[in-house]
Amino acid sequence: MQTVEKKGFVRQLIHGTDFDADSLSALQKVTLRAVVMSFLFFGLVAIEGMIMRVVQTGPTNSFLPKMFGVPEHYFSIMTVHPIVGIFGSTYQLVFAAFMFLVPYLTKKPLYSVKLANFVWLCITIGTALAWFAGFIWHYAPLYTLYWPLPADVEQFSIIGGFVFVVGVALIMIGTLGFIYNIYATIFARTGIHANKTTKELLISGFGIDGLMNLIHKLLGKKPYSKEPALSLPVVAIFRGTVDTFLDALVILGAGILVLIYLIAFSGGADWNVHAVDSLLYKNFFWWGLDLVADGLVLIYVAGSWYLLATLITGQKLFMENVARAALLLELFVSWMVWSHHLLADQPQPEMMKLVSGEMVTAFELLTQGLALFITLVTLWKARPLKMSPELAYLLGGLVGFGLAVPAGIIQADMGLNRVLHNTQWISFAHFHIALIVGLYMTLYSALYVLWPLVTNNTKLFSKKLTWAHFWLYLIGGVGMGAFAGMAGLDGMLRRHLYVNGEFSGWMILAAIFGSMVLLAWFLFLYNIVMSIGLKGLVGIFMPAKDDVASYGIDEETAAPAKA
Amino acid sequence: MFQTSLELLKFHWMAYTIYALLIVSVIVWFGWNLTRKERVKSVVRIPFYGYIAFLVAGGVGHHIFTYNTIPWVEQDIKRHDITPDKKFEIEVAKHRWTLPAEPMKAKQGQKIAFEVRSSDLTYGFGLFRKDGTLVLQMQVLPKHDNYMLWTFHECGKFDLTSTEYSGPDEYDEAGHDKMLVKDALEIECGPETRVAMNEKEVK
Repeated sequence: MQTVEKKGFVRQLIHGTDFDADSLSALQKVTLRAVVMSFLFFGLVAIEGMIMRVVQTGPTNSFLPKMFGVPEHYFSIMTVHPIVGIFGSTYQLVFAAFMFLVPYLTKKPLYSVKLANFVWLCITIGTALAWFAGFIWHYAPLYTLYWPLPADVEQFSIIGGFVFVVGVALIMIGTLGFIYNIYATIFARTGIHANKTTKELLISGFGIDGLMNLIHKLLGKKPYSKEPALSLPVVAIFRGTVDTFLDALVILGAGILVLIYLIAFSGGADWNVHAVDSLLYKNFFWWGLDLVADGLVLIYVAGSWYLLATLITGQKLFMENVARAALLLELFVSWMVWSHHLLADQPQPEMMKLVSGEMVTAFELLTQGLALFITLVTLWKARPLKMSPELAYLLGGLVGFGLAVPAGIIQADMGLNRVLHNTQWISFAHFHIALIVGLYMTLYSALYVLWPLVTNNTKLFSKKLTWAHFWLYLIGGVGMGAFAGMAGLDGMLRRHLYVNGEFSGWMILAAIFGSMVLLAWFLFLYNIVMSIGLKGLVGIFMPAKDDVASYGIDEETAAPAKA
Repeated sequence: MFQTSLELLKFHWMAYTIYALLIVSVIVWFGWNLTRKERVKSVVRIPFYGYIAFLVAGGVGHHIFTYNTIPWVEQDIKRHDITPDKKFEIEVAKHRWTLPAEPMKAKQGQKIAFEVRSSDLTYGFGLFRKDGTLVLQMQVLPKHDNYMLWTFHECGKFDLTSTEYSGPDEYDEAGHDKMLVKDALEIECGPETRVAMNEKEVK
């Protein structure tokens, strides 16, 4: 990464450094389109988060418009905040990275660039619709959608619910499009996979070859597979996408249920909402929703760490077979842990709390701890290394998950859950640190690694801004998570409105550190815009002159991908 | 070991803070050593299977530790086989609690059962100390029996509110919580007082 000589401000803003949008292939353009939308949604979600922090400081805040403290408005922000953050921003960024990486790593063209364009458009429009449902109609059942709240037409307007559900459904349809594109690319028997069977690709995708290699080693036999069909990061993408698929089906299913009731109510029908059992629904919904948190995020992140560690060091991954087998283990773990969300639900069977909620959940410490260990040892064996931004962000990501995973495991306990459930502890010490610090710093590392590939070696505007972003973001993210998490230990609930400044001390500290995250985002955006220029930014959204759907291979030698 | 949730939370705060500082320090130390030109010797060699055993012991041991040190875990699991000293039946609907006609009072050390039923939405049943810290909570699922057994090892007056979001109607226009019931429960001090949580109230 080089720092370039500065031009005049306006010239730099318009033209960037040496970015040429016309030189980009269709694959590069579709990747960058989703990345742009992802970071715009990130800014929106950071502003929403700051609004909520400031509202919670109570009477000490006199500058925020009063409308944000009105319950209907406040909780509509809280409802769309995770939709925009997780789907609009994180999903888009992850999907963009993987739709570029799978062709790059498998040396095959992406199955369909048109489908990739459909994916980012669907998710963008869907997120915008869900946001408008909150902003205009104040539809606010929160992302948890605890039945029968989303169908409570005494509190929420039917049109608001309808727009929200359609928005979320569009996001899920886009997600299914991504899944199809990824699997169609992986299973296409072209290029290096021309002679592989579907069975071989499936065995490799699930990490079974890694497990078999370990067993063969223990039995003193020859390796089951010396050259696995799929590289390890692709295995992680394959594995995580299984959970992404199941999660999309569950969220779509819940959306259809809400939609059916809303349509019935709008037609004047008087349906009994309690015909749907609230506990059964909660189990079903959390099973699916938890596949995001405890399934695909952890698996995608582990795969990203492995890829980044090997790309940064240029060496083979340490204990690759163990890593493959751990991804297989995570398959079973992620499907069986949802009950830790129901430890405070007394009608939930005790055995499910004990086995699924506590014991299997504890295995996440093992799977994530393994990923951390393998990544650290791979880096350690390659030392000395230069402290590049991509390495620093990777270490930041490891810190994030090193903090967030144990914070979650602590709460997934029948004793501690009684006093930590639904408090700001789980919200901030666990999943905000996991997402903001753990996941996003990993993604920033990937972004800096992929930047030369996706932009044809465009020079970054400023290295100083890159480091300013790193430190502000890391300190801000950890600080906000820590102070708001401490408010949780003092009894502050996470889905509650405090207007009297009951926890203002913690909230002011959290807001100060949160504003560092917001500032970091602005610096990052400024650096990127000054690198590609407004002209380049517009150019990304113009049709590509080069319709190549792969990177680093001659497409003519590879037959068209067949699903 | 722990008698009240406050003691537990203090321990938890200290243990997690030490852990957090440790993990951040380890990664910072690690990052610094990655860039050093001279190859540093490992301070300690961690055997792989030792590390795995540590993770498994940490995950499982955490639950064994809490089961043996937090009194309400065992009582909660066996709650249907234990006869309570007192039972309070509470209804909730349309963001309003219907508490027993008589004020809810009990003595320190008594086993108290809370049976909460919702006829419309999912709520949370949470009792709080006067300083805002959480004593106990459970989710209140509509059309289900939500039953919890609790032994108070502290005395004083406790506030009640919903710990689960049930829509903006829980609040008035100014954002005040309409489900907050001040002094919903009073626990009289007994001879075995260990900690007076609500000192101002007790005095």
